[in-house]
Amino acid sequence: MLEIKNLRVKVGEREILRGIDLNVGAGEVHAIMGPNGSGKSTLAHVLAGRENYQVTGGEVRYDGKDLLAMSPEERARAGVFLAFQYPVEIPGVSTTYFLKAALNAVRKHRGLEELDAMEFLTLIKEKIKLVEMDQVLINRPLNEGFSGGEKKRNEILQMAVLDPRLAILDETDSGLDIDALRIVAGGVNALRRADRSMVVITHYQRLLNYIVPDFIHVLFDGRIVKSGAKELALELESKGYDWLKSPAAALS
Amino acid sequence: MEALERMEHYRSLFRESYGAGALPAWFARLRESAIESFTQLGFPAPGSEDWKYTNVDPIAAVPFAHANGEGAALTGEIFASAFVDVACPRLAFVNGAYSERLSSLNGLPAGVRVASLRAALGSNDAALETYLGRAARYREQPFVALNSALMEDGAVVLVPEGCRLPAPVYLVFVSTAEAKPVQSQPRNLLVLGAGSEAKIVESYIGLGTGNYFTNAVTELFAAENAVIDHYRVQREGDRGFHVGALEAHLSNRCSFTAHAITLGGLLVRNDLRVVLDGEGCECVLNGLYLADGDRHVDNHTDIEHARPRTTSFELYKGILSGSARGVFNGKIIVHKDAQKTDARQTNKNLLLSDHAVANSKPQLEIYADDVKCSHGSTIGQLDGDALFYLRSRGLAPDDARSLLSYAFASDVVNRVKIPALRERLDDYLLSRFRRK
Repeated sequence: MLEIKNLRVKVGEREILRGIDLNVGAGEVHAIMGPNGSGKSTLAHVLAGRENYQVTGGEVRYDGKDLLAMSPEERARAGVFLAFQYPVEIPGVSTTYFLKAALNAVRKHRGLEELDAMEFLTLIKEKIKLVEMDQVLINRPLNEGFSGGEKKRNEILQMAVLDPRLAILDETDSGLDIDALRIVAGGVNALRRADRSMVVITHYQRLLNYIVPDFIHVLFDGRIVKSGAKELALELESKGYDWLKSPAAALS
Repeated sequence: MEALERMEHYRSLFRESYGAGALPAWFARLRESAIESFTQLGFPAPGSEDWKYTNVDPIAAVPFAHANGEGAALTGEIFASAFVDVACPRLAFVNGAYSERLSSLNGLPAGVRVASLRAALGSNDAALETYLGRAARYREQPFVALNSALMEDGAVVLVPEGCRLPAPVYLVFVSTAEAKPVQSQPRNLLVLGAGSEAKIVESYIGLGTGNYFTNAVTELFAAENAVIDHYRVQREGDRGFHVGALEAHLSNRCSFTAHAITLGGLLVRNDLRVVLDGEGCECVLNGLYLADGDRHVDNHTDIEHARPRTTSFELYKGILSGSARGVFNGKIIVHKDAQKTDARQTNKNLLLSDHAVANSKPQLEIYADDVKCSHGSTIGQLDGDALFYLRSRGLAPDDARSLLSYAFASDVVNRVKIPALRERLDDYLLSRFRRK
């Protein structure tokens, strides 16, 4: 589904990603962990198509296509979804209004008929149950006045509605208390499917107790220095990230 | 036309308008005084402080004439474009002249007087002599002087003490371009008795593609405890010139909201002055101006806190594209005795193109020492983060820009308290921003 080969990315003068290799197959959940400044968010934003990031080497293939050549909206319509770490507030635009426009843009691209207001309302009423959100919130301006937990749940709601094939969750757990975490993770788990891949980016191991990954990769200083199965998370939990700085750790 | 020619042109218009002997003496004297003022003042000079960014030469240079009534063939279909709810009482004017055919006065409570200025002058309504000309500053402001000199018709709304209007009253001013460029000078008088409640909508709409000039003045007087929700919706034609003044005088504990929605016109200047001349008044100014192409829109507001414990809240937002220019000048004067004033002013401008220009100037004069005053102004483009967010969900860049522009404008429209009007304006915004 997703093939990243030797990806190098610069922001301004600084090289942040220094040769990332990653393969995500269909239905797989990959976790990417790493300390602050390792390049986790950079990776997420480059995959989503944010400007200001300069790709200086390597390639990214999504479903065999050159992802980096696609505009953000083309990626979204092709089924790529990024759940933002800091979802933006957009006064004056309600979640329902914009999500209907987005869904219809995606459906049109897929050759499906657009949903009218009633059909969309029915769909969204179904999906908000997944994230235990109150209907009132989604009629309000997007994320305006939302708590951290509500913003993150709104991201997962959008994921549920837009039905992506590749979901990238950028520190979806940051700023969440245990209850919010459980709801968000529950929503994500309910969306796991054989034809949907996920890349879960996180700083803490805790999230991975709820969203159990198939593979874990550790990002450090712009490179994936270690990959393994889910037990790797526990090792990081007990040893911290400093452990990775030593050459011995990289080799083991 | 040269300066002298221009004055002579308007003096002759003055002589032509109204038949001799048809006017009450006080009204004739007021007009005489005004034409003298206008002759002395002349059109505002470029570079004068109040007209710093607005050059009125395009208006001054054209010998606008009296309308001939060519617009008499209009039908009720115009009301939709003018955002008028035809179920509500309305006075309609075509090129400044009252049209009984297009008006409708059903459903007004007893004691409420809604009539054309001509009719009110004809029946010598006492309120007219008491109030007309008392607030309009025709000795200092050229366009107000011009209107006061040439005024013939307009809307008069008199709401008695304690009366609550069950429905909004619409005052519709339709301009149609004629063979020669025409001018109209609507003069409106709104008097609200103590404890009354009213919603009044002035709607200006221009049809056709020719030049014409609307110079409208509204005086509003509110007695104690009156609650007024006033609207001026302006949708003049692509080559229409609109100069409008609203003077509102409020007494103790009045609550006054003035919405100013500017959607059309090639050269537009709005002057809005509110005098909070009573304790405990509240005033809310809610403004939106959209300008594209070569349009120029200038909003000057002036809020005067003259007594203690009054509040004002002002939000004006502009969206400028093409090579349009938007000017905002927000004056707040807090008089010496106006302790415990609370005044907040915000002006936000959204520039959608490289050539659009916004000028924004707050002007605070504070003479009392126990007050809260704040002002803020922004001039900027669409938020890159928001744009990216929407695109990352599948929206095309144009659609994302339209949505954000719509959202910026709907912030003001959402404050419209008349549901039918709010919906119509909302529909307008949706269609305006969809066509890029």
